[in-house]
Amino acid sequence: MLLRNLDASLLELVRRTSAELPEDIKRVINQSLQREKKGSVAWNTFSIIEKNIQLAKERSLPICQDTGSCLFYVDCPVGLDQIAFAEVARAAVKEATLKGYLRQNSVDSLTGKNSGTNLGPGAPVFHFHQHASPELRVRLMLKGGGCENVGQQYSLPMESLKANRDLAGCRKVILDSVLKAQGKGCGPGVLGVCIGGDRATSYEHSKEQLLRKLDDTNSNPDLAQLEERVLKEANQMGIGPMGYGGEVTLLGVKIGALNRLPASYFVSISYMCWAFRRQGVNLDGNGEVQNWLY
Amino acid sequence: MIQLEAPFTEEKIRALKQGDEVEITGVIFTGRDAAHKYLHEGGALPAGMSLQNKIVYHCGPVVVKDGQGNWKVVAAGPTTSIREEPYQGDIIKQFGLRAVIGKGGMGERTLAACKEFGCVYLHAVGGAAQVLSTHIQKVKNVYFMEEFGSPEAMWELEIVKFPALVTMDSHGNSLHREILATSTNVFNQLVN
Repeated sequence: MLLRNLDASLLELVRRTSAELPEDIKRVINQSLQREKKGSVAWNTFSIIEKNIQLAKERSLPICQDTGSCLFYVDCPVGLDQIAFAEVARAAVKEATLKGYLRQNSVDSLTGKNSGTNLGPGAPVFHFHQHASPELRVRLMLKGGGCENVGQQYSLPMESLKANRDLAGCRKVILDSVLKAQGKGCGPGVLGVCIGGDRATSYEHSKEQLLRKLDDTNSNPDLAQLEERVLKEANQMGIGPMGYGGEVTLLGVKIGALNRLPASYFVSISYMCWAFRRQGVNLDGNGEVQNWLY
Repeated sequence: MIQLEAPFTEEKIRALKQGDEVEITGVIFTGRDAAHKYLHEGGALPAGMSLQNKIVYHCGPVVVKDGQGNWKVVAAGPTTSIREEPYQGDIIKQFGLRAVIGKGGMGERTLAACKEFGCVYLHAVGGAAQVLSTHIQKVKNVYFMEEFGSPEAMWELEIVKFPALVTMDSHGNSLHREILATSTNVFNQLVN
């Protein structure tokens, strides 16, 4: 068996991800509360959200009952036994479900039967990346169904919006996705966007943008500018928290790009709700937690 | 803050207006995708269970058994309601619902059914599973556990001062329709 304490560390990773919102998200939610008019429905909603974040941590229970898909992103050293790792992670997910950190959230698409364990074909999801470092880095995202359902993939050009194959066209379709998501994904949300790629890699990369901290700066100045502009404009739309109306419609926008085929130009958008559950750890050679990432 | 207490009569429901903040006390039933499809396809309620003058909550809670073997709701916020739009109006009519709790609002068919039959749509804060679960006092019963699984089962819950906002009333008003119109307006200015 690899890494003696891996099972306990992964269980704690699941618990923390489900019950404790990362600091970068909490900070922006608090700033958003200040931007709403005191006593307004939007302000009251942010107050309930803040109370909920605090309560979940105190009670060590899920921030949101929809604990979503378990998405593991594992950066591992050469030689890590990925088969064994996945086995330990699956056991941790099952245990976390028994303890009520996770809802029974994996349903057979053909029979409608709930496995009751969060295990099954495609659940949980593992993304293994080998890196040239002895460190084992495990990041986990719990992405709920409400926000996953409002993801969008556009194929440019799109005539109805006069969106061409350029950043101006990307801006239009990204704003369109915000308009369409209103009320459905629990706002204010964060957009992860990928420009380019194929249908699958584009969505994949859009989700990976959500692993970035909210206060980071995009290394590509054009994308940094687009992120800033879309965030500002989305907040002018007045959709507000939960679609009740208000100043804050989005908490952040993160955009990445992949090369594309000459024939294709996809813009894929993954929406993450305010209950932005992601956490990560660096583990040592025994599987002990060295430090938390968010 | 308006106190909305069981029994939920047509008169009490008709008195509510879009924008009213309410606190609900009484018995409610959770029901989401599987339950709505089943009922809409002519499925029957279990013997002794009635939705007449009751509230359905679009919610798939996290429920665990405590040390004594009793069910305990540990997280229970609303799920997105629009998925039930193909079914909700007919279910309001057929089963005599007085209110639906959910998030994100519903469409014109549900709004019309609310008006015709005396029902309201109450919006709870999505994602606020801990705050909302503190207002759930007791699990009274569970139906369709085997058939639908835990999140989709119909849980009969006793709630106390459960906070919600009337976003669709029984007089044809919808906050969701209003926000969609104003935000679409801004969007059109931004992209054209």
